[in-house]
Amino acid sequence: MQLPSFLRGGLVSPFKLRKLGVLGMNARNVHYIARYNDRDKYPVVDDKLNTKRAAKRYRIPVPELIAAFETQPSRTRVMQVIEPLQKFVIKPARGSGGKGILVIVGRDGDDYVKPSGSKVTALDIQRHVSNIHSGLYSLGGKPDRVMIEALVDFDPVFEKYSFEGVPDIRVIVFRGFPVMAMLRCSTHDSDGKANLHQGAVGVGIDLATGKASHAVQRGLRVDIHPDTQMPFSDLEVPGWKDLVSLAASCYEMTGLGYLGCDIVLDHKRGPLLLEANARPGLAIQIANGVGLRTRLEHIESMDLEQLEKNVEERVAYSMDYFAARNAR
Amino acid sequence: MSPRAQVYILAALLTLMGAGLTIYKHFELGFPLLPGEYRTVWTIEAKVGFTAEGGPAKAALTLPREQRNMEVLGETFSSSGYGFNVIREDDEYRAVWAKRRATGVQSLFYQLDVHQTPGAALEQPLDLSTEVVKPLLGAREQEAVRQAIYSLVETGRQRSSDIRTFTSELLTALGDSRNQDRNLIFGYYKDRSFVDVALLVLAAADIPAHRIRGLYLEDDRRRLAPEDLLEIYDGKRWVVFEPLSGSPGVPKNFFIWQRGGKSLLDVEGGHNSGVTFSVIANDVPARDVAMLSTSQEKEALVDFSIYSLPIEQQSIFKLILLVPVGALVVVLLRVFVGLRTSGTFMPVLLAIAFIETQLFTGLAIFVLILILGLWIRFYLSRLNLLLVARIAAVVVTVVILMGAISVVSYKLGIEQALTVTFFPMIILAWTIERMSIVWEEDGPYEVVVQAGGSLLVAVLAWWVMTNRYIEHWTFNFPELLLVLLGFIMIIGNYTGYRLGELARFRQLVH
Repeated sequence: MQLPSFLRGGLVSPFKLRKLGVLGMNARNVHYIARYNDRDKYPVVDDKLNTKRAAKRYRIPVPELIAAFETQPSRTRVMQVIEPLQKFVIKPARGSGGKGILVIVGRDGDDYVKPSGSKVTALDIQRHVSNIHSGLYSLGGKPDRVMIEALVDFDPVFEKYSFEGVPDIRVIVFRGFPVMAMLRCSTHDSDGKANLHQGAVGVGIDLATGKASHAVQRGLRVDIHPDTQMPFSDLEVPGWKDLVSLAASCYEMTGLGYLGCDIVLDHKRGPLLLEANARPGLAIQIANGVGLRTRLEHIESMDLEQLEKNVEERVAYSMDYFAARNAR
Repeated sequence: MSPRAQVYILAALLTLMGAGLTIYKHFELGFPLLPGEYRTVWTIEAKVGFTAEGGPAKAALTLPREQRNMEVLGETFSSSGYGFNVIREDDEYRAVWAKRRATGVQSLFYQLDVHQTPGAALEQPLDLSTEVVKPLLGAREQEAVRQAIYSLVETGRQRSSDIRTFTSELLTALGDSRNQDRNLIFGYYKDRSFVDVALLVLAAADIPAHRIRGLYLEDDRRRLAPEDLLEIYDGKRWVVFEPLSGSPGVPKNFFIWQRGGKSLLDVEGGHNSGVTFSVIANDVPARDVAMLSTSQEKEALVDFSIYSLPIEQQSIFKLILLVPVGALVVVLLRVFVGLRTSGTFMPVLLAIAFIETQLFTGLAIFVLILILGLWIRFYLSRLNLLLVARIAAVVVTVVILMGAISVVSYKLGIEQALTVTFFPMIILAWTIERMSIVWEEDGPYEVVVQAGGSLLVAVLAWWVMTNRYIEHWTFNFPELLLVLLGFIMIIGNYTGYRLGELARFRQLVH
């Protein structure tokens, strides 16, 4: 069925998308999240404090937790904790979609400096903590806990590819097999946030090599970072195999069949698990220029024996099978 | 069984159940499928009049019996000063008015509402007597009349094949003023009516027959005298004939009051008695007719439903029953289009408010409150209040804003804005709070997208919910909710692309 283009507007035929193996939101919810993610395992990923505990048990490296406030803390208590710190992150344990994360990169007298250079006062921080506790950022407005985390000392590799922000790597892990990966680079447009719909650049990463294969900003293909003008063709994630292994081992840690792992690269410690997501978005397909569905269906078609492989075997299989050169 | 199969089976069951109940209510109980259907309800008033003689007075009026093509919806008796009851006598109902002392002209009323049920054929019970009493015509001067009668019968027999055609033939002959035999008979029975004569001739021909009294239902008729039809027994069943035309069948719009030969009215202790009828047609909504006609049988489906509630609660339910429709709109737009809204079902609540306020007033008030609320919220956020206290403060502000809008618009003469109170305040306060977070985290563009999406969904939901067909169906056939439930369950199984995704993944195709 082919409609004239003026009737279709900017739309493409659903049959073409199906043929390319693009995963839609509805299919993701019904076929993958509902089928492979058990409800009782959600708390492990929905609460970042739980994720941290589980990661410790499975020896998965995470950013260092400085403090967690279970109840509404007094002003002095918060100040006590952040007083000696130059760099830190305040985040809600059950925040959704990156909401409520406050990053402080330095001090300026009594004020605190955000990555964008703007300053916040101690009072602002106090209010932010109070908002998190009241559940402003959590799903359903439930009262939440506050985490203060050490700021990751980012690997300078990404400095050229990120503007004022935090680059992280998202790996989709399906039944323990890494199936797709992307790097999210913040831009001036995205206000330092690694959020694709706000204008961050999504860079598809080849599972086999850790090299950039494709980059997209606001749905359009780009070859260079819009702020730093660095070509993405030169980008290569160091220690790629370790990073993919870390993502794959999150399957054992969470028990979730369809999982998105957000990983950051620390200068000294290597890849750290920032958080895991039981409902990872679909933008990764755009960043890679490849549909997810074909890859997921390939894993689904495996027999039980193959599914019982250990982490190393799974990673080796994925890196080989889903390599960009195979174009699958 | 896989969950998917279960969903389809359950949805099919629900749909069948809902559709079945709806069909039953439409065809058996007469609930109209489309809004604005009107049925004609005839109000027939019988006025019994007589001059009382000063002593005890008693009047007995034969009442109409149940019949297939007419449905009695209700009856009222007026009997000032009279004792009244309805008695059953030989398979007939009679209204009896009685008074110890009555003088002068008396008027008694009996009124009933009937509704012509469409399509149902007249089928009378066969329990009336089929005995024939032959006319006595022995004397010599009656010889000529007797000859004439038998001559008519003989000619009729020759020209017919069975009792029905015979009766038609006979009635035609009796109506033909050129017929000598007929003129002779009518000359002899000067004081008798056409139907009386016809009954006489039919008795001579050994055909059981009797009179039917009734009325032609025409709008706005007064002082009608009852009219007569003939009914003959053809050996198997009773057949009605219109005497003047000689055609079989009950004429259209004829309401049968009494079958058989007994008197219509008996009066004791009075003279100059008589019954006159008046008829008025009313156009009544078809649903009301269905409600009235089923209330007598106490149909469980109707009795244990919203209709058994007081009117005030019914009107609340009318609104509540629209909520699932609004929810369906949200589901459709989410699953098939992928619109982003602030709060999943918040637009449905907005749509309900729009129903009360009218669309444009509602939109204007919503946008105004949202903008003012956001502005105040930004100021409040600088005061370092706890979240719950801040939202409560926004709620209070919203209430004050609503009050201010009401008062100002009333002073300006815009009564429409008084309906502002229908807005769900808590929802508005939360919306303002969420929007301000979205503003801080994702920027004003996202606020416009989400508020616009919410408004678009709300307007669409409002549009569907105010559709007169939807309103009619949800209220009169609440069992359609089962169909809706089945439909929503099937949508919940949709795994295809959303409309928004066809644009979002555009780049992947090229």
